[in-house]
Amino acid sequence: MSPGADTLLAGVREKDPRAIGRAISIVEDGGPLAASILAALEHPCCEAALVIGVTGPGGAGKSTLTQALIAHYRTEGRRIGVVAVDPSSTLSGGALLGDRIRMMRHALDEDVVIRSMATRGRAGGICAAAGAAVRVMAYSGCEIVLLETVGVGQAELAVVHLADLTALVLAPGLGDDVQAMKAGLIELVDAIVVNKGDQPAAQALLAEMQAVAAATHRAVFCTSASDGTGVAQLAAGLGELADTLRQSDRIALRRQAARSIEVMDWALELLRPELKAAVAALGPLSGEPQALARLAIARLKATEE
Amino acid sequence: MTSQPQPHGRVLIGKPGLDGHDRGAKFVARALRDDGFEVIYTGIRRSAEEIAAAAVQEDVDAVGLSLLSGAHNELFAAVLEALRNAKAEDIPVLGGGIIPEEDIPDLKRLGLRAVFTPGTPVEEILSAFRAAVEEHRKGRSV
Amino acid sequence: MTKPPSVVEWEEKILEPALAKAPERAEEWRTGSGLPAQRVALPEQVNEAYLAKLGMPGQYPFTRGVQPTMYRSRLWTMRQYAGFSTAQETNKRFAYLLAQGQTGLSVAFDLPTQIGYDSDDPKARGEVGKVGVAIDSLADMEALLAGIPLDKVSTSMTINAPAAVLLAMYVAVGEQQGVSPASLDGTIQNDILKEYFARGTYIFPPRPSLRLTTDIFAWCSANTPRFNTISVSGYHIREAGSTAAQEVAFTLADAVTYVQTALDAGLEVDVFAPRLAFFFNASSDLLEEVAKFRAARRMWAAIMKERFGAKKPQSQMLRFHTQTAGYALTAQQVDNNVVRVALQALSAVLGGTQSLHTNSRDEALALPTEESVLLALRTQQVIGYESGVCNTVDPLAGSYYVEGLTDRIEAEALALMQRIEDLGGMVAAIEAGFVQRQIEDAAYEYQRQIEAGNRVIVGVNKFQAQERIRPPVFRVPREIELTQVQRLQKLRAGRDAAKIAARLEALEVAARGTTNLMPPILEAVRAYATLGEICGVLRKVFGTYSDLASRR
Repeated sequence: MSPGADTLLAGVREKDPRAIGRAISIVEDGGPLAASILAALEHPCCEAALVIGVTGPGGAGKSTLTQALIAHYRTEGRRIGVVAVDPSSTLSGGALLGDRIRMMRHALDEDVVIRSMATRGRAGGICAAAGAAVRVMAYSGCEIVLLETVGVGQAELAVVHLADLTALVLAPGLGDDVQAMKAGLIELVDAIVVNKGDQPAAQALLAEMQAVAAATHRAVFCTSASDGTGVAQLAAGLGELADTLRQSDRIALRRQAARSIEVMDWALELLRPELKAAVAALGPLSGEPQALARLAIARLKATEE
Repeated sequence: MTSQPQPHGRVLIGKPGLDGHDRGAKFVARALRDDGFEVIYTGIRRSAEEIAAAAVQEDVDAVGLSLLSGAHNELFAAVLEALRNAKAEDIPVLGGGIIPEEDIPDLKRLGLRAVFTPGTPVEEILSAFRAAVEEHRKGRSV
Repeated sequence: MTKPPSVVEWEEKILEPALAKAPERAEEWRTGSGLPAQRVALPEQVNEAYLAKLGMPGQYPFTRGVQPTMYRSRLWTMRQYAGFSTAQETNKRFAYLLAQGQTGLSVAFDLPTQIGYDSDDPKARGEVGKVGVAIDSLADMEALLAGIPLDKVSTSMTINAPAAVLLAMYVAVGEQQGVSPASLDGTIQNDILKEYFARGTYIFPPRPSLRLTTDIFAWCSANTPRFNTISVSGYHIREAGSTAAQEVAFTLADAVTYVQTALDAGLEVDVFAPRLAFFFNASSDLLEEVAKFRAARRMWAAIMKERFGAKKPQSQMLRFHTQTAGYALTAQQVDNNVVRVALQALSAVLGGTQSLHTNSRDEALALPTEESVLLALRTQQVIGYESGVCNTVDPLAGSYYVEGLTDRIEAEALALMQRIEDLGGMVAAIEAGFVQRQIEDAAYEYQRQIEAGNRVIVGVNKFQAQERIRPPVFRVPREIELTQVQRLQKLRAGRDAAKIAARLEALEVAARGTTNLMPPILEAVRAYATLGEICGVLRKVFGTYSDLASRR
């Protein structure tokens, strides 16, 4: 292992914020030290951490709910990590990562590790980078890592598969487009949270979700994250759900599935530059694109043998 | 598989102090996004320590501060100090706002990399961030 | 030509009583060259459609203005916003402005005061006296208003989250001068909702903040009947980057929330609504701004009459203060700002404003110097006394273009207000980030157009000058903070600690209950409890709010 990685990992272990921040960047960017850091993260403490996905449409109050969950877990003395995923602009490659605003009240608490992450135009997907960030946080002693992502767009939703369990956050009054995507989202999650429960229209949404939940065996919670109502019950409910999943080995199965997604992401990520070179090596391109792609792959395989 | 452009780097836009005027900060944040940066915006009314802590956790390559209340001499200095205390004095800090020209030399002596005043074209701001980020990435040990 | 019966009726029922109360300033009105100037120019046919949409001035729906004679009886109140460093320094600027012919005071407070921190709070560091005057206790308010007779002057205070405390201090200074609360005239901004999405000086979460607003409405209806209890502000919404229609929509949506909250608390609409005032921005597109003011008046009248069942005409009238657009001031070629301000101010007058602040040319650089404040005031005086636009009421009515724009802004604003209703009202729309996103998008588009040269700003992206000549800037000396802190600490040392503790305790009990908070706040203020102490108690009970800037 390179000395740079060694020092950095020791820093992460000692909960040094600077080291944690750097380590996440390195694994996210795939820099020269990434491999040694990733290897070290295969550690029992990373297995022990519980990863909770928080997803839902924009405006449902995910960040506020995440903030409220952080506050709750901190009263229990637990060290918490948050990975907040936002989409990158496909045009510029840039991103405006705004989830942190609602979590700034924990900025000075060193036992709350927050990291904003953009989907970027990754070859594989966000899962490789997000999974690595989760493990860096776990390695630094986080018992729970919240994985927050907006529930629209394939890249963003893929993150849900990394979580041990996932909560879908909904709120009244979000409009027809949300109505349309709700059904698809419910399939992916373990729990439904009706947030902004203090609004008059929330009761109708809650009743609707309870009916859906009864049919699909999902847990339903009602919160008002802005004043903390229902957050303790939600945290307790998620804890029970995690225990049930653990006892039935379903967490283990999910983690295996997550691992395969991450491997696939990394494979694509690592392969991309080689493929690019192989395509370039074909010279001026003319002809049927799929056949050309097959040819590039065949040549790539040949060089490896 | 997409092949969208990769980001130039990560920057944090912070609003220290009590000033709530964030039109400029939000504009710069969006312009940086559209130029290809990953931008973390802290929201208004943050302490110097909160801004420094967020910059460290997010491992940014530059910090931009915006302030219109006239408290820049005190508050920009406070953020630089907080970054030093967080062992992050290597992160370059750029500042903007209603800042009289005669204050700029002092702010630069304090350690601000660049200072923008009303009417600065956005291209000038963007290129200053590009240069600051690039330099920071090159100089990093790990 | 015989007068239509509706005009005769207006003359008898509205015009004549108004003239009896406030006669016109001249017997005869003529243009600059001596032609007769009509009081109210009318279309050839005063039909039902005209009356429903425009009406006569001083008559529902008030599109043409809230008074039948407008500026022929009295010019708008020329009210320059001022405040910096200590109460003593600001008091001197007030005396100067009054001596120059200004007719009302407008107090700017520093940020710690606006956010409820004393000057010695660590969070106040660097901010004391910077954007306004520092007020820590009744002692500072006494110094601020020294020598100013509160029964003769009207005072506007730009204060929101801690409005109740500053109002209490004002009332207490009045008491010391022997002026009863009933004789006090002025305005507190007291518009908390826009702070959450456009201005940033919030303290508490929305719900307890709205309770404070309602407590002020109730207390003032009974005690200070001449005081405007709120100034619902579109100004800062526009400054944050909104369009004209968004400014109207979000301002009126805020106002609807205040009215509904007060009604829910059991107040009578016609008791508190006549004291609601508004505050708008005058931006650079002159005719669009005129249309905006007219549209806002018509919309508010309909909302009050139809939605809230207000019966008194005063409850249906949208009375407003205007300030010229700060965001339109440029740091380049600062003298150009004088011209911009004059045009913007003209739009406010053509739009029927009740009071006006004109920005100073150097405000893009720093707080204004005394010379530039005077020039800004002179700008208003030139419009009022020389331009001739005050000879007649609502001079642009009937212009195809202006009437068309008025309708268009009304339609756009109504559509936006409906979207807010669908989201569950203004508080929910703010919490969901909807309002912030709307404003951010408009602001970004505006700035992009400037950067791309598609929107010309003289001296910025066209007609640039090679040399920038910097005028002298006004600076608040650094020592001010120390002076103010020492003054505060001396006050603290000399107080009756047991009395303070008891009054703060009484305030806490009231805050945990449901009784009106004004009386215990007034008691605490009279004992020289500080703003920070009083707000500290309320923070403890109500909690605090933190930025929810929209995410993108």
